[in-house]
Amino acid sequence: MSIPILKQGPYLIASIQSAPTDSEWREMAKVLAERVGKLRSRGVVVDVTVLDLIDSFAARTLREIAQIVKLRGAEPVIVGIQPDVAFSMVQLGLTLGDVPTELDLEAGLATLSAIIKGGESNV
Amino acid sequence: MSDEMRVHIRSEYDLVIARQEARKLCIALDFSSGEQTLVATCVSELARNIVEYAGEGEIVMSLALNADQRGLVIIARDQGPGIPNIELAMKDGYSTSKGLGIGLPGCRRIMDDFNIVSRTGKGTTVTVKKWKR
Repeated sequence: MSIPILKQGPYLIASIQSAPTDSEWREMAKVLAERVGKLRSRGVVVDVTVLDLIDSFAARTLREIAQIVKLRGAEPVIVGIQPDVAFSMVQLGLTLGDVPTELDLEAGLATLSAIIKGGESNV
Repeated sequence: MSDEMRVHIRSEYDLVIARQEARKLCIALDFSSGEQTLVATCVSELARNIVEYAGEGEIVMSLALNADQRGLVIIARDQGPGIPNIELAMKDGYSTSKGLGIGLPGCRRIMDDFNIVSRTGKGTTVTVKKWKR
């Protein structure tokens, strides 16, 4: 099963449905990199609400996806990290670096729109 | 429910199974959802190490009982190349693969008991325990 990626206006939403295998994580990174260009997306939300754990591989892949999205010229945001997951990530010493995170999809989309608008007014 | 759960680890797909089985045992032991997440994450790290370094191995999870405590024992066993320098492998941030080097030291931090035996060319066995609070 691959991870559905939805287009909503200038944004892409990668909506994880169940615990991805390693290859599904890699596939998601690849598809997002392609689709950001094809659809000229300005931002990407990765929604991890359903994940009941984030291990070192998942954390590293989320960081890499954010980096790839950024290198492709779009803004990444990760949303929906559950309380238990956040707690265990801290205990394990896993971080997402400086990747922006938000509570949920709604907040993620609002953040993207603020980042993109902010960037435009500076031009 | 049987008291022992054995998951053969050969590929990344088995990681997902191992995590699910770990969670089931945690629920049976009435672990809090936070503890369940910690244990399942540790199992995921141990299973990934098996796939990454040894290619194949097994994870055996069973209930642990002593005089006044109940908990979970998890044994991750492989017949892979072994870890030449355990002290180094247990250091945060050290990795010989593409990993973060956080798997083993992270597991040691979140579990109550951690033991690793490794012989070069023979394999590695990691035993961890988590007691119910």
